[in-house]
Amino acid sequence: MATMTLIKAINDAMRVEMERDENVVVLGEDVGVNGGVFRATEGLYQTFGEKRSFDTPLAESGIIGASIGLATMGFKPVAEIQFAGFIYECMDQISTQAARLSFRSGGRFNVPLTIRIPYGGGVKTPEMHSDSLEALFLHSPGVKVVVPSNPYDAKGLLISAIRDEDPVMFYEPMKLYRSVKGEVPEEAYTVPIGKANVVQEGSDVTLIAYGAMVPMAQKAAEKAEKERGVKAEVIDLRTISPLDLETIIGSVEKTGRAVVIHEAAQTGGVGAEIVARINEEAILSLEAPVQRVTGFDTPYPPSAIEDEWLPTPERICAGIYKTLDF
Amino acid sequence: MNYWNFYLIKLKRGVSVVPKTMELKQGTEMFQILNENGEINDGQQAPDLSDDELKDMYAWMLKIRTFDGRAIKLNRQGRLGFYAPMAGQEACQIASMAALKKSDWLFPSYRDMGTAMYHGFPVEQVFLYSRGQINGMKVPEDVNMFPPQIIIAGHVPHCAGAGWAYRLRDEDKVAISFFGDGATSEGDFHEGLNFAAVYDANSIFFCQNNQYAISVPLSKQMRSETIAQKAIAYGIHGIQVDGNDALAVYQATKEAADRARKGEGPTLIEAVTYRFGPHTMAGDDPGRYRTKEEEQEWTNKDPLVRFRKYLESKGLWNDEEEERVKEEILNEMNEAIKKVEKMPKGTVEELIDDTYTNIPPILQKQKEEYVRWKEEK
Ligand SMILES: Cc1ncc(C[n+]2csc(CCOP(=O)(O)OP(=O)(O)O)c2C)c(N)n1
Ligand SMILES: [Mg+2]
Repeated sequence: MATMTLIKAINDAMRVEMERDENVVVLGEDVGVNGGVFRATEGLYQTFGEKRSFDTPLAESGIIGASIGLATMGFKPVAEIQFAGFIYECMDQISTQAARLSFRSGGRFNVPLTIRIPYGGGVKTPEMHSDSLEALFLHSPGVKVVVPSNPYDAKGLLISAIRDEDPVMFYEPMKLYRSVKGEVPEEAYTVPIGKANVVQEGSDVTLIAYGAMVPMAQKAAEKAEKERGVKAEVIDLRTISPLDLETIIGSVEKTGRAVVIHEAAQTGGVGAEIVARINEEAILSLEAPVQRVTGFDTPYPPSAIEDEWLPTPERICAGIYKTLDF
Repeated sequence: MNYWNFYLIKLKRGVSVVPKTMELKQGTEMFQILNENGEINDGQQAPDLSDDELKDMYAWMLKIRTFDGRAIKLNRQGRLGFYAPMAGQEACQIASMAALKKSDWLFPSYRDMGTAMYHGFPVEQVFLYSRGQINGMKVPEDVNMFPPQIIIAGHVPHCAGAGWAYRLRDEDKVAISFFGDGATSEGDFHEGLNFAAVYDANSIFFCQNNQYAISVPLSKQMRSETIAQKAIAYGIHGIQVDGNDALAVYQATKEAADRARKGEGPTLIEAVTYRFGPHTMAGDDPGRYRTKEEEQEWTNKDPLVRFRKYLESKGLWNDEEEERVKEEILNEMNEAIKKVEKMPKGTVEELIDDTYTNIPPILQKQKEEYVRWKEEK
């Protein structure tokens, strides 16, 4: 075991998979010589050479489209889209092309492609760099969407993503890249896609979060316990698509209350889908309407306003108390 | 296709004069007026600019260079946020805009604050934008400019559309967009140029080829000999200019604008240049992808040094003027930074108000609930 940051764990996952399988290649803007703008691919170019690590032309649609070609011809591309705000540039190649190739070909082709995407706020970027654009792909049948919240999960989930037979979008919370550290085994291991993690057990309310909102939810849980003695259960979704309904529903049946937390805008977000599922499967267990504590229905704000715009422990607690005081 | 064939095609479409830049092989021969010693090349002549105009152009380049140095310091002190250095690219940004009119429309990228300020975007605004305060991208009503573009090449089709609008209404206006070498790989670049070509739009596509897209050298970006030659495929004018030669940049842009105003279609200008600084101030280290030798080579081609030598040879510039310009911009920056530091950073309610022209009821409700919560806590 070694203690490492989340970004190092991501780097490690690619390294062990590139060692294990010569068909694993990394590509994207600045990922080669420079090791990526966040250094996620640091050293891979130097270790594996220019036939395994590619500084591509500046063209997101090209990166994903060409990756589909590579993937169907036996490679396992790990493509980086430099910031989530640029995902729209290749949305057709993801949602229309990669996601549907299995469907369109009657199962003849599959696309074992991993798309790594730094995302999320709180790091004072210029506009269009901090958006949380994961719900777009929850609404795209055929792709999976994964979001780690700590180094251990990051490595295990990324290895699962690389080994997956279908396209996987791997969202990396920029805010946690270097701000969290954890124990990570040196060898390869997997954390299964589609399985949520109960990071804290509780009996009064279920807090459902992913990515950088997991530590935020934990802070809120602590605050609510101090202020009102609330015992909150905190679920780290880890995978947004496919959702782990068993864990979510099981917890809500136990607590009778739920608050979903995400950075993305509220309307049509991941929270909306979760609320619908809870209503469908556990409505009789509910003591109060499920609350959503999210970003606002605006584009991501300029950096000076982001701390007000993003969910805070205070706003999450307000959501928790709403379910308690209903 | 060689230049003459290309020219003949243009003739059939009604081009009557042979402009200076047309004497070059289209797209692959670099247009230069001033050499690196600040002398006019044999067989070339200076553009038709008065002494005052020449001085003003240099003064602006110097302003931008000075601005850049101070902005980097302000960033390091934490008083500015996002900033993309532009030193080295002053001739590209100023001499091009000097060839246009205030009534023309500008579509800049994040690195093009020089073009923006020359066109009237206030220093204060640049700071608000950098610091991520509200309305940092609210361009004053009397400045014809789009907010700086972050999405690489996203504004290239906008420039085509604006130029198309002027053509449709036969307006005496030009749209110009600025983007980098990396941007030419994006689909939007292709779609924008093709649209502009098809509709004979009054558009100028100004590519600042500074050799790198962050760390990626142009050799990994494309296999074309030049960026300018891509124009041939679109059936439009394409010219490669020495982007560190203010006179060449001015002349090429002037000719492109003249053609556009006459309805003779768009131009792709590739200005060959170099960014002296890092990509942005957010942790980029050019030492990882550029050599010191290469950087030195380009320092020797500094656009300011060359232009100043030229002005001095005509007795138009001296140290006193140099100091005066520097001091002026530094004072302006001092005032501006103090002012914006006192300005509000903005609120979520204001963001909600700006999202739609008329706020929908569901968003109004979200806003009211949030404001109530803020007041109660
Ligand atoms: C669509 C999109 N992809 C990626 C980026 C990230 N990015 C910002 S600047 C840049 C390089 C741009 O290079 P170039 O076009 O040469 O302009 P320069 O920065 O050199 O002026 C990249 C990849 C972005 N902003 N937008
Ligand atoms: Mg460039």
